[in-house]
Amino acid sequence: MLHIYCPFCREERDEEEFSYAGEAHIQRPLDPESLSDEEWGDYLFFRTNAKGIHHEMWYHIAGCRRYFNVTRDTLSYQILESYLISQQPGVRAKQTASAEQGEQPNAN
Amino acid sequence: MKKYSVFNLFTNALSYHENWQRAWRSPKPKSDYDVVIVGGGGHGLATAYYLAKVHGVTNVAVVEKGYLGGGNTARNTTIVRSNYLWDEAAALYEFALKLWEDLSQELNFNVMFSQRGVLNLGHTLQDMRDIERRVNANRLNGIDGEVLTPQQIQEIVPLLNCSPSSRYPVLGASWQPRGGTARHDAVAWGYARGADSYGVDLIQQTEVTGIRRENGAVVGVETNKGFIGARKVACVTAGNSGVVAAMAGLRLPVESRPLQALVSEPLKPCLDTVVMSNAVHGYISQSDKGDLVIGAGVDGYNGYGQRGSFNVVEHTVQAICELFPAFSRVRMNRQWGGIVDTCPDACPIISKTSVDGLFFNCGWGTGGFKATPGSGYVFADTVANNRPHPLAKPFALDRFYSGALIDEHGAAGVAH
Repeated sequence: MLHIYCPFCREERDEEEFSYAGEAHIQRPLDPESLSDEEWGDYLFFRTNAKGIHHEMWYHIAGCRRYFNVTRDTLSYQILESYLISQQPGVRAKQTASAEQGEQPNAN
Repeated sequence: MKKYSVFNLFTNALSYHENWQRAWRSPKPKSDYDVVIVGGGGHGLATAYYLAKVHGVTNVAVVEKGYLGGGNTARNTTIVRSNYLWDEAAALYEFALKLWEDLSQELNFNVMFSQRGVLNLGHTLQDMRDIERRVNANRLNGIDGEVLTPQQIQEIVPLLNCSPSSRYPVLGASWQPRGGTARHDAVAWGYARGADSYGVDLIQQTEVTGIRRENGAVVGVETNKGFIGARKVACVTAGNSGVVAAMAGLRLPVESRPLQALVSEPLKPCLDTVVMSNAVHGYISQSDKGDLVIGAGVDGYNGYGQRGSFNVVEHTVQAICELFPAFSRVRMNRQWGGIVDTCPDACPIISKTSVDGLFFNCGWGTGGFKATPGSGYVFADTVANNRPHPLAKPFALDRFYSGALIDEHGAAGVAH
């Protein structure tokens, strides 16, 4: 059971109060008409699916009903930070192949 | 390969069963293969078997980071059915079901395929509309299916609470008599033994760490035991497909999530069919050993830890106890999770990629076990001929660009 910190309620609450809203920092294309089929498919369906550090949106559906971002390790399930959607994450995956090295930071 | 037979059983009994031939070899990897299959689960081993048997491609290695059939093949709830809604999916799963029907003879290995029937319960009027639509679609596709009334269901499953006052009233169900269960390990072992007998090298305890490419084509795989050359690389790595794709600089439209299951202590026979309910997120059958095998839902968020959220199990068990009040005192023995690669349209990806000689068979999400033979067959054909098998064509990666998705959330949603 995850304990997620809601930056609006300023409290750590059980995962059941929240619903997952997918990967964070995916911007809607500013000019959808000009996108190729590949770019549009990429925007709609392709995600990083990171094994390791992952930035994702959560919705406090049984609480304040607001969206925010969380940085979580998808292997250890450790939550590293909660932050507002307008902000940038403070914790990032190491450049290149976080997937391949994903297991190392979680050896403990 | 020594054939298993009553005669062999008898002669081996004379030497106290100590001299059976090993089911497969443990060879050292050669430096070069025609095809390297990454992932030694059911789908990967089936691919190797059909490559060798149907296409005569025997210079093949299956590279597995753990042991054969130790991933999701060992973790699923072993349900086999083919009652999918859309023509493309129905054709693929029905093709697999037909292969299941004589798989034990084909492999000379008892996969314990038991066509005990699969029930999908409907609890609301909308459930019943969906069920009737799906059963009609199935019958048009030549797949057996019936819509049952609560009385008929009660006759088949006496322990099910079909009373109108129950928390999840049973309004009806779809019934596929040819569906059932199979022994998950036996499927992997049978295909492994069959592939080995054609000369396929099964290389365990060897993890692929990279995919080497030259001029846009694969030339082999890097492993923790050195480089293995290959003209074609076929990846069948389920939950880790995204990680393997990244090794070749590719992205896949899959997200990896834990799917959980649990088994009870062994009971005397009490449930001789498979009961599933999409609406309350639970499915249950009884294994030959006697334990109730219960499947739960996927976690709501991405994860690679081979465990799952407790609340998911809790909801499933609550639903099972409402449906089967008699099971409320049954103690659970074990619970586990496997990482499934879910696709946006709940259908698999069986596809060539933009890298020459690199193929992917993934995205089976929460329900790949039932398709194991068919998946291996069409994927082997795709790899051998370097073009999609007609049944695999609709499941190519380009559907995410063309928009021709095959939305099987209704039939695939939870119940497997």
